[in-house]
Amino acid sequence: MEQFASLKRSKDGQPVRYLMVDDSVFARKNLARIVETFGGQVAGEAGDGMTAITEYDRTNPDIVLMDITMPQMEGIEAAEKIVAQHPEARIVMVSSVGYQENIVAALQRGARHFVQKPVKPEVLYEVIKYVLGEDGAVAHAAGAGA
Amino acid sequence: MKMKLIQPFINAADAVLAQGLQSPMSIGNLSMEQEAYRRKGVAALVAITGDIEGRIVFDLDPETALRVASHFAGADLPESDDLVRETVCELANQVTGNAVTTLNDQGFHFRVHPPVLHTSEHGPISTEDTEALVICCETDRGSVFMNIALRYNVPLSGDLAAAAGE
Repeated sequence: MEQFASLKRSKDGQPVRYLMVDDSVFARKNLARIVETFGGQVAGEAGDGMTAITEYDRTNPDIVLMDITMPQMEGIEAAEKIVAQHPEARIVMVSSVGYQENIVAALQRGARHFVQKPVKPEVLYEVIKYVLGEDGAVAHAAGAGA
Repeated sequence: MKMKLIQPFINAADAVLAQGLQSPMSIGNLSMEQEAYRRKGVAALVAITGDIEGRIVFDLDPETALRVASHFAGADLPESDDLVRETVCELANQVTGNAVTTLNDQGFHFRVHPPVLHTSEHGPISTEDTEALVICCETDRGSVFMNIALRYNVPLSGDLAAAAGE
């Protein structure tokens, strides 16, 4: 898998911490492998929206990658509840269902961005950079470009 | 079942499988299912409700499922591994989600339900209302079968009828 220049937190230079929310173990593992190529760290995982809320409180991640179609509580509702409690939460919806209404509903209810599955690592990388804004920094390896 | 409804599924399977397996995919065979559905191996079912209702079964023989799942996992998996079944479910979810996205943008409204593992040997017999189309997608890891049975839930008119090719 392609490697990317590491994305770090600006405030302390530590890896960006991610909460993965998807009812598919396969999807969570796949996303974990992708964010590791960005220099990221998995802070926690959840298989449904309800667990995502408690895992957010427990792990306080920098980024949440949230599926939409899940049992018990869907991703958009979970995103709304997390943002109500934590307005600073950065939630990126990651779903195979990417039609306009879904995207608009997610953004209106607090998500910062939307990425359609199958996830292209280069697309997710740019979205994460955008969503982190000034709170993220690209760490160039020593000697890079030599 | 009109080809305009089916084409998004073919395109989505091509996008998901070709990107995921990093090799081209081709359509090997396309046939109408006349008899009860018979599972080939590891199968995942995704139900769709809305303007068009039905289900898509994504079915791989056990050896192909193992090769595909091992490719995605980046390691050789044992046949009994839950990740093999998880992989088939997620691929079914991605293909259906992408196809439904295209159809939604044409004016149809759907809800996609989470994929479930299809464990029974047989499915229901196709009827005139729910014709089943079987599409064989050839990949370099083996054949991936999509069994698609959809029916119109509401009478189509205007733009929807045009989109469906009525």
